[in-house]
Order: sequence, then structure tokens, then C-alpha cells
Amino acid sequence: MPVQDYIRKRFFPHIWCGGCGHGIILKGILSAIEELQLQKKDVVMVSGIGCSSRIVGYTDFHTLHTLHGRALAFATGVKFSKPSLNVIVPMGDGDAMAIGGNHFIHACRRNINMTAVIMNNRIYGMTGGQFSPLSGQGVMATTAPLGNIDYAFDTVELAKGAGGTFVARTTAYHYAEIVSIMKKAIQHKGFSVVEILSQCPTYFGRKNKMKGASEMMDFFKDRTTSIGSDAKKADPTLIERGIFVQKESSEYCENYDKIIEMASKGKES
Amino acid sequence: MAKRNVDNVIINKAWCKGCGICVHFCPKKVLEMGKDGKAVVVRLQDCIGCRLCELRCPDFAIQVTFKDKEE
Repeated sequence: MPVQDYIRKRFFPHIWCGGCGHGIILKGILSAIEELQLQKKDVVMVSGIGCSSRIVGYTDFHTLHTLHGRALAFATGVKFSKPSLNVIVPMGDGDAMAIGGNHFIHACRRNINMTAVIMNNRIYGMTGGQFSPLSGQGVMATTAPLGNIDYAFDTVELAKGAGGTFVARTTAYHYAEIVSIMKKAIQHKGFSVVEILSQCPTYFGRKNKMKGASEMMDFFKDRTTSIGSDAKKADPTLIERGIFVQKESSEYCENYDKIIEMASKGKES
Repeated sequence: MAKRNVDNVIINKAWCKGCGICVHFCPKKVLEMGKDGKAVVVRLQDCIGCRLCELRCPDFAIQVTFKDKEE
């Protein structure tokens, strides 16, 4: 089934600005789902609020558009009640790391079998270009006209520290890598975190004197490198891409099933 | 990449927002920006069927079709 069959065509053209990386990420996620041959009825997409969270409206799965930052909490409920479903949670950087930061670290800690996708464009696009916890020092934003003084979170390090059992990063430029990483993340038994750097030409690009969407994608090509590459050794400022963590650990729904089994021993079901 | 039997590069003008990503990343300069600010196919004969334009189009507005569809 081609990727086009997984979208709700009646809502197209989508709401994202021209050149926004979110459309590429949407296509990459759909390609991964297509290659895994998942049925539409077996996939649930849960999102919060923000440009990135509009993604669920365009996908023809079971979809939930929930509260700002709380997508993982809703998704936990979905997964807990029907563990057979594939739950994918696309979030923006503000949604996942600012208002949803707490939900994020605790979802990592619990190791519940879901896939969190952090579509990181380093800015709040929908509300007019405010800086986010992933903007980083020196970045220009509507709320930081002289430059941001906040340090940024490193999503990968944060997820690793919180106990994430699958942690990866790629960019909107690296389409094939989005597909291959997303396939592994969906198949991973446990909580998987995939950070995908995305371009926001309208706010991040314009505020930070980047020419346009294509040039922002060139930046992803030039300023990122595979984990442990020689280029990274030569230039430590490069951002690493790839799968940082992939390990087995007992999964939350299964652990809960064991508790139910223990509690119902000797009782009629 | 081996040249595949490209049939056509179809642009859905209603969905294209004219961001220019396809034009920028086409290795063979098959596409250009038209007067209406949207992508147009100008050198179809040069297309090698790499589908980079289709895959990187954020608007699902490009489709590269092949004569050998079963490949």
C-alpha cells in the first residue's frame, strides 16, 4: 500500500508552512509503517498540542489529539488498556520537553512499549516563535530578541539518563534513516525515543538568518554525522545521528500482567 | 544510481507550497520554480528516477512514476 493510502487526503494541503520539515517526518513515519506492513486498525497515534501535533489529523489510523504535553499520559492509558496496539506519539520539542518534560522522563523510566517521536525544530512555531528548551544558547526567538541565555536539553542524553531502552536521533534531511530508525523503534519492545531534527523556516530560520528550508536541510547534512564517525573525532561540534541505545528490559504492561496473575492466584477468574 | 525507466514526474499544484526543496536537492536539475511560485518539471529526459524530490517533498505533492512498475 503506497504511503498516500495512509493519509487523510481530505485535509490536504496540510496546515504546515511551505518547507516545514514536519511533512517529511510524517512521510517517513508512514513509510516505516508501510514497510512493517502494519494494519491501520493496529496503529494508534496520540499527540499533544503544537505544529507537530497536527500530524495525527493527517494519518488514517486511530488518532487522539490531546492536551499540551500530556500525549504520553494519554498514550500510556491507550497502551495499558490494549497492549496489542502499536502506539506512536509524535511530539514537538516544546510539547515533549517543556510542559511534557515530566511525562517524558517517567515514560522512559517505566519502559512502556510505545514510540515517542520528538520532532525538534527548536522553536514554538504555532504560537509565534518563542524559544523552547531545545533552542539553546545564542538562538534568536520572538521571546529572546537579543539571544537566548538558556542552555538546551540534549534529548538523547535526557532519555538515556531517564532509562530509555531505545534512543535514536536523525534529521528531516536523512529520509532513509528516518524510515530505518522508525522501523526499529516501532519493533522495539519497550519505550523508544526518536528525536528527528526538523526545520522551521518561518520562525527559527527567519529569526536566525538562515536562508530557507533547503539551506536548513543542508545544515542538517553538513552539521550532523553518524555515531562515532571520524568526522566527529575531527570536529566535536557535529551532532551525532543514529541509534544510541538499544537494549532489552522488562516491559511495563507485561510487568503489570504478572501482578494481575499473582493477585488472582487461587481466585476464580 | 542506475537510471530507471522514468515515466513521469507529477506535481500536484494544489498541494505544492513552493518551498523549493525538490528543486534544491534534484541531482539532475529536472525541476525549476515556475512563474506561479510552484515547482515545474522542465527536463524530464534527465530524470534518473532517484525519487529524492518525492521523498523530501513535505507536502506529498510529487510523484515519480515508472514504466516498469513491478520493479
